[in-house]
Amino acid sequence: MTLPALGWQGLVVLATFGISLLIATYCTYAERVIAAFLQDRVGPDRAGPFGLLQPLADAVKLFTKEEFFPAGANRALFVFGPCLAMITALMSSAVIPFGGFLQFGDTQIHLQGIEINVGMLYVFGIVSLGVYGIMIGGWASNNKFSLLGAIRAASQNISYELAMGLALIAVLMMSGTLSLREITLQQTHVGGGWHLSDIFTWNVFKQPLGFVIFIVCAFAETNRTPFDLPECETELIGGYHTEYSSMKMGLYLFAEYVNVFVATAVMSVLYFGGFNYPFQYEFLDFLTNKTSLSADWAHNIFVLMGVVAMFAKIFTGIFFFMWVRWTLPRFRYDQLMRLGWTILIPLAIFNILLTGGLITFGVIQ
Amino acid sequence: MESLSKRAKVLEKKPMTLAERAYLPAIFQGLSITMQHFFRAATKKQVTIRYPEETRPFSPVFRGLHVLKRDEAGRERCTACGLCAVACPAEAITMVAGERKKGEEGLYREEKYAVSYEINMLRCIFCGLCEEACPKAAVYLQADKMAPPRFERDEFIYGKDRLVEPVTPDNRSKRGIQLTPEQADKLRSQLA
Repeated sequence: MTLPALGWQGLVVLATFGISLLIATYCTYAERVIAAFLQDRVGPDRAGPFGLLQPLADAVKLFTKEEFFPAGANRALFVFGPCLAMITALMSSAVIPFGGFLQFGDTQIHLQGIEINVGMLYVFGIVSLGVYGIMIGGWASNNKFSLLGAIRAASQNISYELAMGLALIAVLMMSGTLSLREITLQQTHVGGGWHLSDIFTWNVFKQPLGFVIFIVCAFAETNRTPFDLPECETELIGGYHTEYSSMKMGLYLFAEYVNVFVATAVMSVLYFGGFNYPFQYEFLDFLTNKTSLSADWAHNIFVLMGVVAMFAKIFTGIFFFMWVRWTLPRFRYDQLMRLGWTILIPLAIFNILLTGGLITFGVIQ
Repeated sequence: MESLSKRAKVLEKKPMTLAERAYLPAIFQGLSITMQHFFRAATKKQVTIRYPEETRPFSPVFRGLHVLKRDEAGRERCTACGLCAVACPAEAITMVAGERKKGEEGLYREEKYAVSYEINMLRCIFCGLCEEACPKAAVYLQADKMAPPRFERDEFIYGKDRLVEPVTPDNRSKRGIQLTPEQADKLRSQLA
């Protein structure tokens, strides 16, 4: 990779970082508005038009709150916990392909932070590190509720990571690669003519069972309702962030939204064709042949439409996460563990066997 | 066992069907219900009352802060008979009666009047029995005004300075409800 190209990729990484944070910021607003609408209420609408400046007001509030350290807490780890949670949440967005590449003469800018051929493994590794942030924070608080919440988070994440990984193996068996870009590019249909197969090449139609398992596990991994046992206000006050205040608390809440963003992004890459969209090649054909655009710009517009499609999928996913949160009550802890170990893991293994059989007999590939 | 009432029902505890155990149909049912609410809130008016700009309307039978009425000529109606104090179950009303002097005919309607009239709003239960007891239609509980919260206990004892309705027609009320500008104009022309 040449130096200018490296610079461009650096910019893409920074942009990804900024977009993750921006989306997480507005997730707090969206969550409140969606919650309000689902409950026939109005939601925040005072700060700015439609309350759009509400996240800013919340940030000011969090920054100016008292910074509290509980007695007997391990100060270094107490600060390190939320930092780790945030860092791991942000790191995993680096490998997600948000689009193809932009072409400016000889320069190509890939709309993906880093392309590594083990992208999926990287995401999994980072996400499983995320539990350390919660664990360290909960332990360093010197509070039994925090510790209980942290232990719950750890056991929940480990249990559901298994089922999630197993559900994913079925996808990887079909794609034969761990690279997120490769997986995306496989979920498309090259060729002319009018057909719906642009959508039916998405993995969700080839792996419906795997997708259900994956999305349930994604809810558990991001600690969202109905699996928000780690923070569980009714039993544990606030779970692992009981003792946290000010922006350290904000970082934990933020990390959750960044995790939701990453989870939905990974989900749209793995199951919903990532930056592919229906009739994309017809669109590209139209741009190159029917308009006076240069070949580069025709390609760039085609790619940018892909970015729009990717974000549309991500936002739909985030909306679904919030919709579920304000619909379903929380599971009991034993129900959570039973669901994870005795239902989802066997189902995921069955799904692997099924996929293996179908591949062997050539039904799918 | 014979049931004690007709309301008793025998509950059957059937084993759950596969669809019920799978839990997913129930989830989708719940999601569809919340989505209906989402569109209702997005398209129709929400139930929220945006408080400082909007206020919840009072019920027409609401019993709020008391008012001591004046008659059409602007004279106090109260004759300090004490029936309201007798009727009051919370013993919130006290008054001192006095005799009307010569030259005060424009101030008081009857020959006897209340020199002081106090209602303790901490004792008052806003039952409206004083209003019912009053033979002179002098005391009413306003339908559009609440007794406001205060910091000091003695501020809750309302004397005549805060109870008697103002002389100007614009501030008068009828049966406890503030007069509209048209009603006030009509009253003003009657007085003139």
